[in-house]
Amino acid sequence: MFKTLKRVFSYARPYLAYFVMTLLFAALGVSLSLAVPVFIGNAVDCCVGKGQVDFEKLGKIAAQLAIIVLASGFFQWLMSLFTNKMAFLTVRDLRADVFNKLERVPLKYIDGHTKGELTSRVINDIEIISDGLLQGFTQFFTGIITIAGTLIFMMTINVKIAVVVVLLTPLSFIAASKITKASHDSYIRQSMLRGKMVGLAEEMAGNQKIVKAFVYGDRAEERFREINREYGKIGTKATFFSSMTNPTTRFVNGLIYAAVGLLGALGAMGHSAFVGAMSVGKLSSFLAYSNQYTKPFNEISGVFAELQNAVASAQRVFDVLDEEEIPDDSGKEVLTDCTGDLRFSDVCFSYTPDTKLIQNFSLDVKSGMRVAIVGPTGCGKSTIINLLLRFYDIDSGKIEISGRNINDITRNSLRSSFGMVLQETWVFTGTVAENIAYGVPDASREQIIEAAKAVYAHGFIKRLPQGYDTIISENSGLSQGQKQLICIARIMLMDPPMLILDEATSSIDLRTEQRIQKAFVKLMEGRTSFVIAHRLSTIKTADTILVMKSGNIVEQGSHSQLMALGGFYSQLYNSQFAS
Amino acid sequence: MLGIIGGTGCGKTTLANLIPCYYKATEGEVLVGGENVRNCDLDQLRRNIGTVPQRAVLFSGTIRENMKWRDPAATDEQIIAALKTAQAWDFVSRMPDKLDTRISQGGKNLSGGQKQRISIARALIGKPDILILDDSTSALDYATDLALRKALREDMAGTSVIMISQRTTSLRDADLIIVMDDGEAVGMGRHDELVENCQVYSEIYRSQMNEKEDGSNVQNA
Repeated sequence: MFKTLKRVFSYARPYLAYFVMTLLFAALGVSLSLAVPVFIGNAVDCCVGKGQVDFEKLGKIAAQLAIIVLASGFFQWLMSLFTNKMAFLTVRDLRADVFNKLERVPLKYIDGHTKGELTSRVINDIEIISDGLLQGFTQFFTGIITIAGTLIFMMTINVKIAVVVVLLTPLSFIAASKITKASHDSYIRQSMLRGKMVGLAEEMAGNQKIVKAFVYGDRAEERFREINREYGKIGTKATFFSSMTNPTTRFVNGLIYAAVGLLGALGAMGHSAFVGAMSVGKLSSFLAYSNQYTKPFNEISGVFAELQNAVASAQRVFDVLDEEEIPDDSGKEVLTDCTGDLRFSDVCFSYTPDTKLIQNFSLDVKSGMRVAIVGPTGCGKSTIINLLLRFYDIDSGKIEISGRNINDITRNSLRSSFGMVLQETWVFTGTVAENIAYGVPDASREQIIEAAKAVYAHGFIKRLPQGYDTIISENSGLSQGQKQLICIARIMLMDPPMLILDEATSSIDLRTEQRIQKAFVKLMEGRTSFVIAHRLSTIKTADTILVMKSGNIVEQGSHSQLMALGGFYSQLYNSQFAS
Repeated sequence: MLGIIGGTGCGKTTLANLIPCYYKATEGEVLVGGENVRNCDLDQLRRNIGTVPQRAVLFSGTIRENMKWRDPAATDEQIIAALKTAQAWDFVSRMPDKLDTRISQGGKNLSGGQKQRISIARALIGKPDILILDDSTSALDYATDLALRKALREDMAGTSVIMISQRTTSLRDADLIIVMDDGEAVGMGRHDELVENCQVYSEIYRSQMNEKEDGSNVQNA
């Protein structure tokens, strides 16, 4: 825990000045506010009885009091200003570090975590650190000063009553902590049930059509009713206990207040030898202190809970930061003159050691050649992409591009020599022109239009309301096929020497599909291409076909070679004539 | 088997939606078993119809729980038989927990093709009188698609299958094909008749033929 704390504070170190200011103003603000009851007490003592009011002195005290209250308020404002500054600047740095880290961890790490989990670390956990650790610390500090200050002031007024206060205060905490524990357990169960309830409601409401089709409504209702009933029960319990906390502590605090008041009053009337003599003004200051004294205890216990939360969050954030990174390759050679020649020699690869996937795979691809990858559903087409682009590294053997081992060149230059069009299209919110120019930001409008024309996208773009300046987004009403055409134009403009294409087109109307097909053919002209092939024409005209089955490359060769082989490929091919 | 074919947004799904009465026909009537669906008890009507939606949706819970949606009393034998017909038992039986395999919310731990097959199997439990497959084999490779159609024919003999598709190959052996274009039925008949007589159908057929030379494709998703 302390290691984590230390690490969080190492992020705060650049803002040490703010931190010191925070402490300084906290001390000033709190001690001034602590002085207030003294002045009030003195003021009360100016009003001894009917006709015995020292108005001159009273006026003076009132003026001093006003200044002190204003100054105290001002310092406390400065304090929270600096706390927030420190907290926000610190977590800003931390957030930037985590975000940058996510760019540097291997894809494997990102793949292994849900999107929500990672987002939650970057956003929520860091927010909790800011609230809990940094702002909590200031609360903690002012709390301590208040407790120490009130204690000292009470001691100076009357040691005996002060001791009574100190002895009685724990009563209030014992009562509070007993109740809090009971309500905490119920709250945990409640939030668990809430999660279940929201999940169920989301699934059932979001898929109404299926619920209706399967006449599941009554059963869904029954499931919901059950969770809801439990939720109601637990919720009532939790609320009952938590609403008990405040009245109970108040009651106990009231008792303490009454005891102090009673003892003090006895003293002020001169009836108690135990308390000793005490003025009414002193008694009123004392009562004010005894009231202030108990308050920070509750705050501090709250801070501890938040602190624990924050440390847990910080630990999660640091876990991300400590994740192993992709080794830095900035010192490596930059691939500039890629010819499009590619060679796999004895490549072996598997995601986990116990399931062997690709073994001793060799392939020589000359510039401009077309390699078709075929195989049934789930055969591992993405493995080839992962290896070519070095999202994963091969276990043994080597892959060479233009005669250079891909491990010896920078990842960026390797990846930028590939153009990729997959089934999952990707457009961002921006104009059509910006989307096409994504890979070549300084492309001229003429170049953009030329690329769009080349891949048969110009026609539909022209018909959009603002043509190339139409703002589009993932959900802006462009069809899947139109988005795909924009992605193809993007690659056309980038003009990479090598391509990775996925021919799969589902839910695209026929005419667009044909256009995409033509665009692909155009794009492949003169480029080394890897095509995840679905069309017989593509497969038949490919220079080499890689036949994949459950992650392995089981056969390779041209269409006629593979047919002559009479293996898995010919089976696959023949199954098409079976209907 | 009844086939419905047509391009995106031509009204195929709308037509199918009228059968379980998600929407009521504004004019005319839809008869199931001779009775107007307007007058049917909706729950009773829908219990007799197995539906496989375009987007395969599974619910959080085990595969067994998902398979029991049509009938909470379905036995493991029934479930396995349905999974076999839907060509899903092959991969489910290879999962370490088999029917107890947990499906995360939205079925994120399964591939598109696996989800489609489970969602088909789910609709087969209890052998409904009518089975509606709304373009629900798009993520399956050709061989699996073919095996599925064959199994449906054999195992679900007493069920009227309504298959919505964009591909002529999937509907070749249908008893009747309705060709939809822009919300209207522009042709009705068997495959061979439609190739001869229906312009829209023969256009779709020919373009799929030309593109793939033999009118089919090697799937690979």
